[in-house]
Amino acid sequence: MNRRSFCLTTGLSSLALTRLLAQEQKTRLPAKAKRVIYLFQSGAPAQMDLFDHKPHLRDLAGTDLPESIRKGQRLTGMTATQDRFPLAPSIFKFDRHGNSGAWVSDLLPHTSKIVDQLCFIRSLHTEAINHDPAITFCQTGFQLAGRPSIGSWLSYGLGSDNENLPAFVALTSGKGGQPLYDRLWGSGFLPSHYQGVRFRSTGDPMLYLSDPPGVDRETRRRMLDDVSELNSLRFQQFQDPEIKTRIAQYEMAFRMQTSVPELTDLSSEPASTFELYGEDARKPGSYAHNCLLSRRLTERGVRFVQLFERGWDHHTKLPKKIRERTASTDRASAALVTDLKQRGLLDDTLVIWGGEFGRTAYCQGRLTKDDYGRDHHPRCFTMWLAGGGMRTGVTYGKTDDFSYNIVKDPVHVHDLHATLLHQLGIDHTKLTFKFQGRHYRLTDVHGKVVRDILS
Amino acid sequence: MSRYARQLIAFAATLHLASLGANAGIDYDRDIRPLLSDTCYACHGPDDAERKADLRLHTRDGLLGEIRASEPLESELYQRISSNDPDERMPPPEFARSLTSKQIETIRRWIEEGANWKGHWAFERVERPDAPEVKQTEWVKNPIDRFVLARLESEGLMPSPPAQDSVLARRLWFDLTGLPPTSAEVARFAQTREMAATAKRLFRRPTYAERMTSRWLDAARYADTSGYQTDGWRTMWRWRDWVIDSFRRNQRFDQFTLEQLAGDLLPNATLEQKIATGFNRNHRGNSEGGIVQEEFLVEYAVDRVDTTFTVWQGVTIGCARCHSHKYDPFTHRDYYQLFAFFNRLHEKGRVFKEGNSAPWIVAPTRAQARKLKQLKKTEAAARSRFEEGSRNLPEQIHAWEQRREHTPTWLDYESLVASSAQTNGAVAKFGYFDRFTLSAQIKIKAGDQGTILSKKNPAKQGLGYSLDLTKDGKVQLNLIKRWLDDALRVETVEPVSSGHVLVTYNGSRKSSGIQFFVNGERVEHKANLDYMNQTFETDEPLLVGKGNADFTGEVETIAVFDRVLDEIEIRAVAEPSPIATILAQPERQRSALEKSKLEQYFLRQAGPDELRRAHAKWLAAKRIRAAFKRDLPSVMIMEDRNEQPTHILLRGQYDQPGERVFANVPASLPAMPKNAPRNRLGLAHWLVSRENPLTARVTINRLWRDIFGTGLVKTTEDFGVQGERPSHPALLDWLAAEFMESGWDIQHMLTLIVSSSTYQQSSRSTPELNRRDPENRLLARGPRFRLPAEMIRDQALAISGLLHRTVGGPSVKSYQPAGLWADIASVGNYELGEGTDLYRRSLYSYWKRTVPPPMMMNFDSASRESCEVGMKRTNTPMQALNLMNDETFVEASRVLAQSILQATKHKRLTTAFLRVLQRKPNARESGVLERSLATHLAKYRAAPEAADDLLSVGQAALPDGIDRAELAAWTMICSTLMNLDETVTKE
Repeated sequence: MNRRSFCLTTGLSSLALTRLLAQEQKTRLPAKAKRVIYLFQSGAPAQMDLFDHKPHLRDLAGTDLPESIRKGQRLTGMTATQDRFPLAPSIFKFDRHGNSGAWVSDLLPHTSKIVDQLCFIRSLHTEAINHDPAITFCQTGFQLAGRPSIGSWLSYGLGSDNENLPAFVALTSGKGGQPLYDRLWGSGFLPSHYQGVRFRSTGDPMLYLSDPPGVDRETRRRMLDDVSELNSLRFQQFQDPEIKTRIAQYEMAFRMQTSVPELTDLSSEPASTFELYGEDARKPGSYAHNCLLSRRLTERGVRFVQLFERGWDHHTKLPKKIRERTASTDRASAALVTDLKQRGLLDDTLVIWGGEFGRTAYCQGRLTKDDYGRDHHPRCFTMWLAGGGMRTGVTYGKTDDFSYNIVKDPVHVHDLHATLLHQLGIDHTKLTFKFQGRHYRLTDVHGKVVRDILS
Repeated sequence: MSRYARQLIAFAATLHLASLGANAGIDYDRDIRPLLSDTCYACHGPDDAERKADLRLHTRDGLLGEIRASEPLESELYQRISSNDPDERMPPPEFARSLTSKQIETIRRWIEEGANWKGHWAFERVERPDAPEVKQTEWVKNPIDRFVLARLESEGLMPSPPAQDSVLARRLWFDLTGLPPTSAEVARFAQTREMAATAKRLFRRPTYAERMTSRWLDAARYADTSGYQTDGWRTMWRWRDWVIDSFRRNQRFDQFTLEQLAGDLLPNATLEQKIATGFNRNHRGNSEGGIVQEEFLVEYAVDRVDTTFTVWQGVTIGCARCHSHKYDPFTHRDYYQLFAFFNRLHEKGRVFKEGNSAPWIVAPTRAQARKLKQLKKTEAAARSRFEEGSRNLPEQIHAWEQRREHTPTWLDYESLVASSAQTNGAVAKFGYFDRFTLSAQIKIKAGDQGTILSKKNPAKQGLGYSLDLTKDGKVQLNLIKRWLDDALRVETVEPVSSGHVLVTYNGSRKSSGIQFFVNGERVEHKANLDYMNQTFETDEPLLVGKGNADFTGEVETIAVFDRVLDEIEIRAVAEPSPIATILAQPERQRSALEKSKLEQYFLRQAGPDELRRAHAKWLAAKRIRAAFKRDLPSVMIMEDRNEQPTHILLRGQYDQPGERVFANVPASLPAMPKNAPRNRLGLAHWLVSRENPLTARVTINRLWRDIFGTGLVKTTEDFGVQGERPSHPALLDWLAAEFMESGWDIQHMLTLIVSSSTYQQSSRSTPELNRRDPENRLLARGPRFRLPAEMIRDQALAISGLLHRTVGGPSVKSYQPAGLWADIASVGNYELGEGTDLYRRSLYSYWKRTVPPPMMMNFDSASRESCEVGMKRTNTPMQALNLMNDETFVEASRVLAQSILQATKHKRLTTAFLRVLQRKPNARESGVLERSLATHLAKYRAAPEAADDLLSVGQAALPDGIDRAELAAWTMICSTLMNLDETVTKE
């Protein structure tokens, strides 16, 4: 990476850069991945309806979750007062797929076709039991607001590979369901230029990107030339290096005004793209559109792209709602992996699919033959990873017959973070930022790299 | 590594030297403790749980036990840190931190020089040092300058000459009011350059109080929403008004502290003192369904402890929540002793999604309190007029009956929204903030049950409301959002028999806001479920006799009102007989209810005009006052119940209580006086006592930081051993002592600072000075740094003339790109304000924690999710786009251009410079802009529609008959000026 462009791109003060350079010597490991695309499924998909096949539950349908399994572990206030905890087996059909024979339910026909590219982890677990703390934990390694998100740690640690685009972009899709918060891509106590930039599907893709009506490019250029010249005059008098930085930032802003619309304009994409991702990909704001955008961002060197798909919080009417969710996401998720592979980008791009926790095997609300709901469950959930030096065609970790407790190879969210950083060439114990007297890390004082899933 | 990077590292090295001082001997507190703390304390520091080899390098004895003074080679400590044997070497090679060879050498020298030891400077009592002697005494305006100059002289540096008039005035105005001066004000200021007198004038402006309040809001994590998942609204602006008022009257900082931390506990606490305690209710509150309440009760108390100790003590006490602090002398026990001051509220772990959560109080403004008094008087007068006229009411009714001049009709009820005669499904739509009355005349026998009336989703316990008769014959009101954890279920204590049943709900979302009446008499009730957090409003039809289970008795009549009836009205409604039937009975045989109903009929419909008018006026006055009271703002406050048993929480977990502890301050700081109450008031007194080493230092340091850009202690949030040492330790202590001894007088301190030569220096630098001291820690020049977010926006409003200067009041919604909330939040749409709401100062901008105002965040505002006292300052392309394209700034440029066009042509550019920068342009600047003006003008003349487009931005009116092309061209010039580095910078 070119240091000067890095400095200009990120608006780093000279001191921050010094510290970073010193730090870099210590933190760098050989990198398997250069970029990450994190497909965050907000609201928490039910693992036992998608991946974590539990045929045993069919025989126990409607019977209570045994206390030997629950072991008095806490439940949310939504079901803690239920009289009973009747087990609700998935009504969806499961099959083994690919050479690896991975179990996937028929809700995910497209994902089923790429299982040999994927590494499934069935043994993720987390601390929090409610959405806000849990998603905040997934994003920042801490349940309460105030710490930097994964992407901002990466921007801080690795800088940007593109002078005309932000290093960290967040994309959101889906209306309703659990809300999202700016802090999920925020920079916490890190300087704010490390925060993710959310690209929007309506209005300007980036806030304040467009010139006001009646100001064309020529007028803007002229105005910028003036700003630059007057600022330079001021610099001669005051000798403040911040003035030089500001001049450079205005130039970068000008370039972004071209590079971002070029990025979001899909007119150059051939028909085959939409055959792969589906026609939905033409609709701004859809998950498929965001998957396609994330490929385009990745191609242009954006280091961390995070999609947030809302609407996975299925306390009631799970079968209906999960069908809707999978119908609008399955094809595009699989297409993204396929597309990256075809373009030779998958090897050094780590793709992650998953939510903030899992869901309960027992039913929330009324259980019928074809309808049920599931409450939050932090003790196990499934994610998949692809590319970026992960083993392929692997299923790692194991849960009990109730998909309630992990029985083999638990992977904590901190471990996922450690592994992610490791693949990008960063020792998670060394990427630190001193704040309030403490050297903070994404993984706090925890986390271990899950070496068994690395190729 | 590129040359560029090497250069940067060289900068850093110079800075380090600068802060160390060139020739000084090794000082334990300054040079050694920070090294040991950063590299050794994690295993050999204050945390008992993590301590290895029982080694306590943080204590004097522990450390000196490892050292033989003057003999480094004989000292175990030095042997270990300098050893080449990986088994011996400390810190161990696998540990994340290590010592550089230079640091090891420093430790060696320290031992060689005799291994002096001192306590950590910030925890030592503040003693006022003597101001040092200096050579250039003519430069010294007050003692501040002696401290600064002494250091400069020792470094061989010269102070800078005074700043130009316009630069200095601008600096002073931003520092004291957050707004730029006008050019006329600059001219007046330039005549004398009297700093103290000018400061005094500025202190009298409300803009001073607003400016001080802005920073305090960051520290206090002030917001208009509750944060976490739903992030619904709350109202805390009355607390913000209190802060403004406090700064306006220059309240002593010790009193400011007492009232905010413990105003409720002061003897005869006033309303304002209670409002002040809102400080520690500004933290986030979680309303998410299904949370474990105990978990969040802990988080709230934790937030109060951490915020209080960050703001007043500048220490990172939060580290001791899970285990003893790794660096500073705060134990795990200390933390929960502090926690015990703050966990005694009447509060719930799950807060309301909308509105304030207990404890809160109604908090009228002074104007509202006056109005309320007046309404009370009006009501009393109306009442006595009515009572006058109705003194002999039974006789009047009797006389009227005798005259038989009137054909009896029905009693007309006000606010009746549904009755047996007029039930159609679309009526009676109520939500949880609505006030209503449900009533029915029922005929039942033992064992009857079912729904009397309902408006709800047909599913069992579905969304909506219903009035039911339980299987044991009790009347029950159900208000349901989600069954079990989001519902009110309230029922009569006793079963009822045939007759009239009525229930009122006052919109409070609590069972205490519900009343039951049977046959017109109030009866007792109890709550089975009493937690409602989302509205039960629904579009389902209103049904009689069904909803949950079909009613097995008979519902003879129903009546639903969209208000809470009073008891007189309720008695009238409860009487089923029509007026004609009542009148047909002999007077003596009429029941009390019948009499009541007849009386209402007489007062409302049949009586003499004058009486009816008097009655109606009294009712109206009563309702106006009640409605006014309901609309009064409320604010969340601190209010203690009896002390709660407090336990150390193992690893900070809510469900892992350890040993019981009692409220107290950390053992390593001065003790609380023996007789001080062990409550928040005692704690607040302790914080502002002369013995407390931190409060004054921390506070004055933040004040210094606001003015000079960097604190004397750079780590404003951390005065512990891991924080940075002060650049001018003696100056900091002198200021802290002066602050306390002046009676904690903020304005006095500000006056001192701005009157110093140090403050008044030019901020021009040189390449040489940039190399020596890039961050200007030595203060060889004046401060120069980008304005904070709110000042950048406020300045644009001020210089364009758009700024609306109303002080205080509820938050307002100014411009932000459409749809930001809708994109990601679950409730609420951002409804853009109107008129002057768009142009208020930024401290009044509505702050939604999970989607804060984007312009504020672009320019490094605190996020308000938790307490932030550090200031970030970045320089990004997003900021450039924001200033160029945000409606706020484009509109301000256009409105500024409008007024510039009032000037004669050749004076316009000068006018523009004077408006924006309060100085005249030089020839080169004029040249650049005159040329561009011509280009822009030609362009907009050729494309009038483009001019129209540009001028359409913003809601401010466009004057008639203006030359649009010219205005558009000038709008671009003004926008250019608004985007200048100089404009967004305090020089």
